[in-house]
Amino acid sequence: MTVYVPPGQPGSVVSYEPRYDNWIGGERVAPVRGQYFENVTPVTGQPFTEIARSTAEDVELALDAAHQAAPTWGKTSVGERAVVLNKIADRIEQHAERIAVAESWDNGKPVRETIGADIPLMVDHFRYFAGAIRAQEGSLSQIDEDTVAYHYHEPLGVVGQIIPWNFPLLMATWKLAPALAAGNAVVLKPAEQTPASIMLLMDIIGDLLPPGVLNVVNGFGVEAGKPLASSNRVRKIAFTGETTTGRLIMQYATANLIPVTLELGGKSPNLFFADVAAERDAFYDKALEGFTMFAFNQGEVCTCPSRALIQSSIYSEFLGDAIGRTEAIRQGNPLDTTTMVGAQASNDQLEKILSYIDIGKAEGAKVLTGGHRAEMSGDLAGGYYMQPTIFEGDNSMRVFQEEIFGPVVAVTSFDDTDDALKIANDTLYGLGAGVWSRDGSRAYQVGRGIEAGRVWTNCYHAYPAHAAFGGYKQSGIGRENHRMMLDHYQQTKNLLVSYSPNAVGFF
Amino acid sequence: MNAEPAVARDISATGQVAGPVPRVELSDTAAALLTELTKVHGPLMFHQSGGCCDGSSPMCFPDGEFLTGPADVRLADLDAHLPQPISFWMSASQFEYWEHTHLTVDVVPGRGSGFSVESPTGQRFLIRSRLFTDEESERLISVTRGG
Repeated sequence: MTVYVPPGQPGSVVSYEPRYDNWIGGERVAPVRGQYFENVTPVTGQPFTEIARSTAEDVELALDAAHQAAPTWGKTSVGERAVVLNKIADRIEQHAERIAVAESWDNGKPVRETIGADIPLMVDHFRYFAGAIRAQEGSLSQIDEDTVAYHYHEPLGVVGQIIPWNFPLLMATWKLAPALAAGNAVVLKPAEQTPASIMLLMDIIGDLLPPGVLNVVNGFGVEAGKPLASSNRVRKIAFTGETTTGRLIMQYATANLIPVTLELGGKSPNLFFADVAAERDAFYDKALEGFTMFAFNQGEVCTCPSRALIQSSIYSEFLGDAIGRTEAIRQGNPLDTTTMVGAQASNDQLEKILSYIDIGKAEGAKVLTGGHRAEMSGDLAGGYYMQPTIFEGDNSMRVFQEEIFGPVVAVTSFDDTDDALKIANDTLYGLGAGVWSRDGSRAYQVGRGIEAGRVWTNCYHAYPAHAAFGGYKQSGIGRENHRMMLDHYQQTKNLLVSYSPNAVGFF
Repeated sequence: MNAEPAVARDISATGQVAGPVPRVELSDTAAALLTELTKVHGPLMFHQSGGCCDGSSPMCFPDGEFLTGPADVRLADLDAHLPQPISFWMSASQFEYWEHTHLTVDVVPGRGSGFSVESPTGQRFLIRSRLFTDEESERLISVTRGG
C-alpha cells in the first residue's frame, strides 16, 4: 500500500505549475485576452493551478499553427510517424507514475486505476497505432486489362478534437493516436473540468512532435469549444460527451460539410443469467466483480453497467451477494493505492447524482445500499464523494433510462432470454452491454441480440486498443480504437489509370 | 424551425386552483442567473441533454443557436421576468421517459458543460425532478412539437 503525497507538496512525485498557457506551435502561448480560470481538484475541492481561458482568437492561432504543420506532417513517411508515436509511448511509460498521480489529482479517480489502466492503456494505444499505420496498405482494383483503380490513404489535414473529463488523458489518446498516425494535425480542446493533466503531458512529450502538429487550447465550451467545433478550418470534428452538444456539433459540421465522430454515452445493461450461480467458484466471483464494475471510475464511464438485469431464479441470492461485494468497496483518498472509488469529477456532477437519488426514490425505486454523499474527513471533506449505490426498481423509471454518470446501478429481474433482450434494448442508447453466462451459445445469441456497439461477454470494462468501440442508436456515430479508426481520419484517394494507348471512341 | 407558442407562461400558472399545470419551472436562483446571462448573450433557450459526461443536464444557448425540429418537443416557455420567455426543449424520444415528472431548473456551483452559456460563471444549471400527482397529471400543459 502506498499513499501518494498530493502534487506540489514536499515529497510528491509530481508538481503542477501555478499556471498553464495553451500549447500552440510547439510552445506555450498565453491566451490572447490574458484570462485564466482556477482549476480545482475534486479530491479536496481546492484550486491547484490556473488554466488559460481561451477564446476564438486563441483557437485561430492554434489553427494557424496546425495548418502550417499539416502539409509536411501529412507527407512524412508512415515509418517516421510510427517512430514518433512509439517515442511518445516510451516517454509516457518512463513518466507513468508522475502522470498517473497528476491525473488522479485533476480528475478525482483512484490512483490504482490510473496506474493500472489509464496510463498503460495510453502507452498501448500509441504503440498500437504506430504499428497499425505501418501495416495499413492501400489497394488496387483491376478494372479491365488496361485500367487500374489505385486507392491511397491520405490524411484529412487539420482536425478538431473535444475531449471529455472522465478519462482526460486516455480519451485524448484515443483520439490523438489514430489522428496523428494517419498524418493529421490536431487542435485539441480538453474539458474545462480536467484541463491540467494534458498540459503536464505536453511538457513531457511536446518536444517529440514537430511544432504545430498537436495544439492544445484550454477554456470553456462556449468560449473555446464552440469556435473550434464551428470552424471552417477543420476537416473533421471528434467529440465525446452528451446528446445535446453532440447534436449541436453535428449542426455546426453540417454548415461546414465536414464529418463528425460522436460518442455520446449510454445506459448499458449488464445481464446475469441463472447459470452464473450454478457453482460458487471463480467464475461466480468474477460475475460479482462484473456487477460491481458500475462503481469503476466512480461510474463516470460512458459504458458504465448502470442497469443490472438478473434472471429471476437467482435474483435474491445473486443480488444479496452483489450488495455484499458493493459494500466491501474501499472508498476514500484517491491517492491511496488501496482506494477503489475516489471522488466525482466536479461538484455539479455530485449534485446531479444526488438529484437522481431523489427522483429514483420518488418513483418508487428502493435504495438497497448507499444513496448518500460519502462524508470524508480532513482535507477530503471538501471533495466530491458519493457512496456506491444500488437501486432496485423497474426499467421504465428514469434511473433506469438516464445516464447518471455516478456509482449508481439500477437493478431489475428478467424471466427468460426474450425478456432479457426486451429490457436490455428498451433504452435510447446502445453503447455497451455485458452478458454473463456459462452457456457459450446463449451468451453468443444474447450478445448478438443486444443493440449495442460493444457487448462484453463474461467480462466488463476492458478497453484494448484493437477492439472497436462505439455506439448504436443515440449513443453516437463512428467508432474509436481498432485499425478501422484510421478510416475516420483519412481520405481515400483514387487514381483511375488507363494504360491503353487507344481512344475510347466516343468522339 | 419555430414551434407554435406554448399555452401559458408557466410560472404565472403556479398555484392556480384549476389552471394548467406547468411541466417546467425555474428556481429563483436560476431566474436570477438567466437575467445575468441574457445581458451577455441576448434571449436564451434550453435543450435538455441526455447521455454521458455532462448529460442529463439542461443546456442553455442563445435562442435559436440549437436547431430544434420535429424530433423535439417544447415543454415550456419559462418566465424569468425578461422581455422574452425562455423555451425549454427536449428530444421527443427522451420526453417519453420524462413526461410523468415535473422539472425545476436550479443552479449549483459547478464547472462547465458542453457549450452551455453559464459555464464561465462557475455556476451550472441542474434539473430537479418530482413526480406529478394524479390530479396534476390531468391538467398538464400540453407540449408542442418542433417544426
